[in-house]
Amino acid sequence: MLPPVFGVLFDGIAYGVLLFLLSVGLSVTLGLMNFVNLAHCAFAMLGGYVTVTLMNTFNWPFLATLPAAFVAAAAASVVLERIFYRRLYRASDLDQVLLTIGIAFISVAAAAYTFETQQQSIQTPSYLRGSIDFFGLGLARYRLFLIGVALIITLLLVVGLEYTRFGAKVRASVDNQRMARGLGIDVDRTFASTFALGSGLAGLGGALAIELIGLDPNFAFTYLVYVLIIVSVGGLGSIVGSFAAACLIGISDIAGKYYVPELGAFLIYLVMLLVLMWRPAGLFGRR
Amino acid sequence: MATMAGVAADPHAYLRAQTSWRPIEIVFWLATLVPFFLFPSYLALASQIAITALFALSLDLILGYAGIVSLGHAAFFGLGAYTAGIITKPALVSLALPAFKILSFEFPGLEIVSFEFPGWSDPFVGLAAAMAVAGVFGYASSFVIARFKHLALIMVTLGLGLLLHEAANRASWLTGGSDGLQGIRIGPLLGRFPFDLYGYTGYTYSLIVLFVVFLLVRRLVNSPFGLSLRGIRENPVRMPAIGAPSPAHIRKVYTIAGVIAGMAGAMLTQTTGTASLGVLEFQRSADVLVILILGGSGRLYGGLVGAIIFMIARDQFSGINPQLWYFWIGVLLVTVVMFLPNGVLGGLSRLLQSWRARTS
Repeated sequence: MLPPVFGVLFDGIAYGVLLFLLSVGLSVTLGLMNFVNLAHCAFAMLGGYVTVTLMNTFNWPFLATLPAAFVAAAAASVVLERIFYRRLYRASDLDQVLLTIGIAFISVAAAAYTFETQQQSIQTPSYLRGSIDFFGLGLARYRLFLIGVALIITLLLVVGLEYTRFGAKVRASVDNQRMARGLGIDVDRTFASTFALGSGLAGLGGALAIELIGLDPNFAFTYLVYVLIIVSVGGLGSIVGSFAAACLIGISDIAGKYYVPELGAFLIYLVMLLVLMWRPAGLFGRR
Repeated sequence: MATMAGVAADPHAYLRAQTSWRPIEIVFWLATLVPFFLFPSYLALASQIAITALFALSLDLILGYAGIVSLGHAAFFGLGAYTAGIITKPALVSLALPAFKILSFEFPGLEIVSFEFPGWSDPFVGLAAAMAVAGVFGYASSFVIARFKHLALIMVTLGLGLLLHEAANRASWLTGGSDGLQGIRIGPLLGRFPFDLYGYTGYTYSLIVLFVVFLLVRRLVNSPFGLSLRGIRENPVRMPAIGAPSPAHIRKVYTIAGVIAGMAGAMLTQTTGTASLGVLEFQRSADVLVILILGGSGRLYGGLVGAIIFMIARDQFSGINPQLWYFWIGVLLVTVVMFLPNGVLGGLSRLLQSWRARTS
């Protein structure tokens, strides 16, 4: 028999890896272009609604909707990047914040207009329902699936960034943009593809999030706070950092709700402020 | 860039030229009296506008002049609002050490202080208390703010705002939690003029406070201190090199802005007689940012003009779906960033300049 603390730990990690999927794209694009994209979770929300629509209206199987959510969010992000974002790469923080808050507002209103304001629900396939008994601890299958997906994606990302030509370009551009340009790397195109990849992952995260944390039009703002916390705690441009920060935040949030419910969300804000005071560039940040 | 050449030649003459009153400013302030005569049924709205304008003015100090992007400015507004409300409530204050036991040795309980707090309902006492509380919080947090920039700064301001909102939500014994603060009693102004439903007293009060604070802020930004703030905004690395320490200046201006935002919050509580969690919400921080950007930041009147446009528009469209309202706010933000980089006032002054260039 395992004590309940392991159950809390398991739930915390499952929640953490979900937050990781939602935030890793923002971490990389922020590290790459220093672009403060507060509309990041709008792409996640888009992915979520794509899955809901495909499953409930067109009866697609759950697993088949996940790539669709990824592609839809990535495609939408490329369009916005070409029209708006690219004009503001050299603009001030304030302009970037205003533009992306504006886009987030529009996305929330559009989602509320199209899908009404209620919580969306989907019917997950039977093999993802229920739980597995593990030494007396009930581990929900869906959470195990989530952790598996996140581990595969982290592995793919790390391998992709460390051992491929594209990854080398991204790392070079993050480290020293001017030098990378000087060596003939097309930083703008690298950024556009990274941006699409990051937004696509957010879309995937949004689709996977429906079962665990729900989906409504305010998703773009509710989880933006969590994502920003993870990015700033983990350090910009660091995948390992985002993973560690997401697990830290996920576990402290679940543990806080379980052991000291009267504190509410107070705990994670406090964790974030303390980490930032201690290391302003984040746990794994270099600057 | 003729004015900038003037700075190099004689900074005092430049500052003096900046402080002289232009006719359009006098017209603007005279126009603020118009609601008394023409729209007496809208005085309550007018006082809300004046309060919002004061709040936007405080954000302008740190954002427009010192270049600090804050997503949690409602923290000060909320502190002021709750302080002004709580201080009017009578309460039994008792600070006591409970009895405790160490290794079978019992210490008796100790009553440190206990008294009946009567509740101070005078508006000016409430205003002063709100300023003090917001100022202390502003000064304490300014040490944190001055250390950060870029994303970390945005996150710290956002985090402080969220932290305070959550604290007020949880401390329901003090704030009433999500039900809002109950039992606020606001006394008559100067012991004579009670706050009425039509907003005569409310608008007079908020307009006078706004005007006085505006005068002080106007003096402040046109002082050498104000110039060094602008220097920090333009180049934070160079300012210390020429002998103007950035962190010290940022601490000062952040505290001052906090005090002003606290005053605005206190006046909201006093003119409406209520204080709820809405005063601390992220939405309020975002709204005031929108207002300032709409009017134009870094030009004193930007926040005032933005507040007038925003509040009147919200009043007119109050019937529509709030989702739709935020859709248009979003469109407006994107448009302003893309086409009107200096807000409405910036756009107007550019039009005026091109018109002058064509006529001369």
